[in-house]
Amino acid sequence: MAPRNPAQPSPTPGQPTGGLRDAVIVGGNRVPFARAGGKYSRSSNQELFTAALEGLVARFGLQGERIGEVVGGAVLKHSRDFNLVRESVLGSSLSPQTPAYDLQQACATGLEAVVTIANKIRLGQVESGIAGGTDTVSDAPIAVSEGLRRALLEASHAKSAGARVKAFTKVRPKDLAPLTPSTDEPRTGLSMGEHQAITTARWGITREAQDALALASHQHLAAAWDSGFFDDLVTPHRGLVRDQNLRADTSLEKLGGLKPVFGTRLETAPTMTAGNSTPLTDGASAVLLASREWAAQRNLPVLARVVDAETAAVDYVHGHEGLLMAPAHAVPRLLARQGLGLEDFDFYEIHEAFASTVLTTLAAWEDDEYCRTELGLDGALGSIDRERLNVNGSSVAAGHPFAATGGRIVATAAKLVAARAAQTGRPARALISVCAAGGLGVAAVVESAGGVEPTATTTTTSTETEA
Amino acid sequence: MTDSYLNAVNAGFTKTLAKKLGLPQPAVLRRYEPGAPLVPGPVLVVGGTPGVHDDADDVAAALLRWDLDVRQAPADASERWGAVVVVLTGAERPGDVSQAVLAVAGHLRSLARGGRVVVLSRAPGDDDAPAIAATRQGVDGFVRSLAKELRGGATGNGVQLTAGAQVGDPAVLAALHFFLSAKSAFVDGQLLRVGDGPAWDASGFDWSQPLAGRVAVVTGAARGIGAEVARTLARDGAKVVVVDVPAAGEALTAVANEIKGTALQLDVTADDAGARILEHARARHGGLHVLVHNAGILRDKLLANMTPEKWDAVIAVNLESQLRITEHLLEVGGFSETPHVVSLASTSGIAGNRGQTNYGFSKAGVIGHTRAHARLLAPLGGTANAVAPGFIETDMTASIPLVPRQVARRASSLQQGGQPIDVAEAIAFLASPGTTGISGQVLRVCGQNLVGA
Repeated sequence: MAPRNPAQPSPTPGQPTGGLRDAVIVGGNRVPFARAGGKYSRSSNQELFTAALEGLVARFGLQGERIGEVVGGAVLKHSRDFNLVRESVLGSSLSPQTPAYDLQQACATGLEAVVTIANKIRLGQVESGIAGGTDTVSDAPIAVSEGLRRALLEASHAKSAGARVKAFTKVRPKDLAPLTPSTDEPRTGLSMGEHQAITTARWGITREAQDALALASHQHLAAAWDSGFFDDLVTPHRGLVRDQNLRADTSLEKLGGLKPVFGTRLETAPTMTAGNSTPLTDGASAVLLASREWAAQRNLPVLARVVDAETAAVDYVHGHEGLLMAPAHAVPRLLARQGLGLEDFDFYEIHEAFASTVLTTLAAWEDDEYCRTELGLDGALGSIDRERLNVNGSSVAAGHPFAATGGRIVATAAKLVAARAAQTGRPARALISVCAAGGLGVAAVVESAGGVEPTATTTTTSTETEA
Repeated sequence: MTDSYLNAVNAGFTKTLAKKLGLPQPAVLRRYEPGAPLVPGPVLVVGGTPGVHDDADDVAAALLRWDLDVRQAPADASERWGAVVVVLTGAERPGDVSQAVLAVAGHLRSLARGGRVVVLSRAPGDDDAPAIAATRQGVDGFVRSLAKELRGGATGNGVQLTAGAQVGDPAVLAALHFFLSAKSAFVDGQLLRVGDGPAWDASGFDWSQPLAGRVAVVTGAARGIGAEVARTLARDGAKVVVVDVPAAGEALTAVANEIKGTALQLDVTADDAGARILEHARARHGGLHVLVHNAGILRDKLLANMTPEKWDAVIAVNLESQLRITEHLLEVGGFSETPHVVSLASTSGIAGNRGQTNYGFSKAGVIGHTRAHARLLAPLGGTANAVAPGFIETDMTASIPLVPRQVARRASSLQQGGQPIDVAEAIAFLASPGTTGISGQVLRVCGQNLVGA
């Protein structure tokens, strides 16, 4: 498939494209992710996102700073939270003159927010921005039935007591049951897990492979916590200091003992369990982006730059593509535009909606036939070095508070490429992909920022002297 | 923590009752408020000889430069004195002090609430002749005893000049300023040794922003005394990096955002703690002038029941971390010009405390390394000092059972526990420019508690 944007020639990797300036990632912050009904069971989206912002402000000394724009959102959202992000800003230590708006693209909300802010910075519309997201399943909105809702609305418009009473006469007992939020796909009625189970079966992804990936996710995340990797990426909240879902002591035996929960009605043997799927989770994240000048003026570190991003959507309703397969489409388009190959990355951050989502995506890229017919490529896109995949764990272990995941991944990837570049003296690059409900998927490339930062120099000096 | 007894004896019927029953009547201490006068009334300087220009005249002149109402003895006994400054630097035989001391006596009853008595004398030295040594050491006992006689929140402290120091030296005046001010509210019966530090250009110095332009790092800053130290250093103009373990990050964030500082989540016992602190302070704020080693833990156990975990954890956090961080900064030349290191000791490290062999070791160790670091920092024009809090009203002391808690409070000359701000003020003082002649000292902030006296 040809690049979708023929007007834009493939630039040399590592160079700013189209005469635009760089948008750099300064750092990130999130709260530890909690299991639904856990530590944040009384926390609202606004509280969680404000906490993520406050930790970011404290880390980078942004008190009273007027940030160019704060963009974020939530997937499960109360109607009263129509200005969730702006309200969070007003409750934070940022300048109240900081503009903000809500954005929502299902599980890709956080990553899309990063892309949006990065684009505004690159265009020179803002000098700085914070992108992020928050979600809580514990504090999800509960709606009333359609019948009761109509009656309530009618009664509120009624001009007399009689008319008000009359409005309620239409309410039937069944209308009194509340409607809990559903993450089922509206057009198919299937849950995301059931959709993925179909894709998993189609690609023949084994239970063992999924459990192995889930185990790696837990082990990598636990090691990252133990090594202090998250010391400057996470701020505890409400007494939770680590991701609650993390099970450092899990094993293939334990994962292998779990009963499958998705795909149980398919013809093939079900393989997806609670252990190799992401749990419902509460949490929030935020990423600070800026122009190089803005960061330098404030003596802030520069971890990475946002190179490019691509969003894809697939027809999972009438077509035969899997619901969560859009990243498989977005990535080759992104690579083509950037003149990059799948192997040109130091790190791959592929969101683990389910362990099998990652595995089906990788399998698809390795499949000649699929890449030719579905992706319009000449042949298989290729395979990746699995040692570079989700090296500090991903959503199966950390949990997945929908809109917060993008911020978690981007901050992690930025820190990884910065560290790798400092270590090797060469630029390092990460590929990020996040799948989302509605057959959506966003992919992005971040690259170590390349510039000589004073912090790196200092570190090197002190390390040498210590040695 | 509120001291409800203190509140009760300072208002209403319970105040009258306590007076009638002869119960202890701790005063509400005078504490620092921006813009408030340095002392609550005129200052009387005693110890001078009329007609001869001596140290007392120099002290009076310095006080005048602070826009104080200064009188020299003899003076009208009807004044309500904000402070009495006793200059005994010239005393060489015991008999030399009596005139000055007795001159003070006549004015003690008219000392204002929250008033101050500050005695300037020369520190006894190893080479002193017997009479000089006796005289100078005698001042020590005089100050400590006098402090116990003062009431109404008044305190008595001494500044001891070591060889070469003059009363007009910046560090001597800085110490005098601190003892006169409300910032020393809970420092009582203490004698602070001051040497002749390097010259310091005091022109343009703003006493309300003594730390302007300085970068300070405070460990253990998420709560308690550490958080108060961070607030106080920021109030005094410093850019503050607040450090605490990642698990305390939520509280640390709140402190950082309150004082417009930056938060660094870090375990001070980590091998690279010093490097990471330095990197953060330099990269973000351009230097590191003030380092406050405050992070500390308690793991109380009688030695007979002591476990390796409890012993080692206390030593690692309270002592080893301080050694390693300072060592790293010295090794790589990480300190900016005229650095000040202030470490938290404790009266438990001076007097010992049952059940605190580990804590006592660590805090006495702090006093030990402070003296050694004073020597190492001197070539940089820097200082190392320790502050030893006594009974301070914190979450930690709130966990002490009621009766021992009340006893501990009333066992001080000020008959109350101190507040975290009192410790913070002492640290801010020792971190301020102009105190370079004060190094290797342990300043107790204990209200002259019987413990560790």
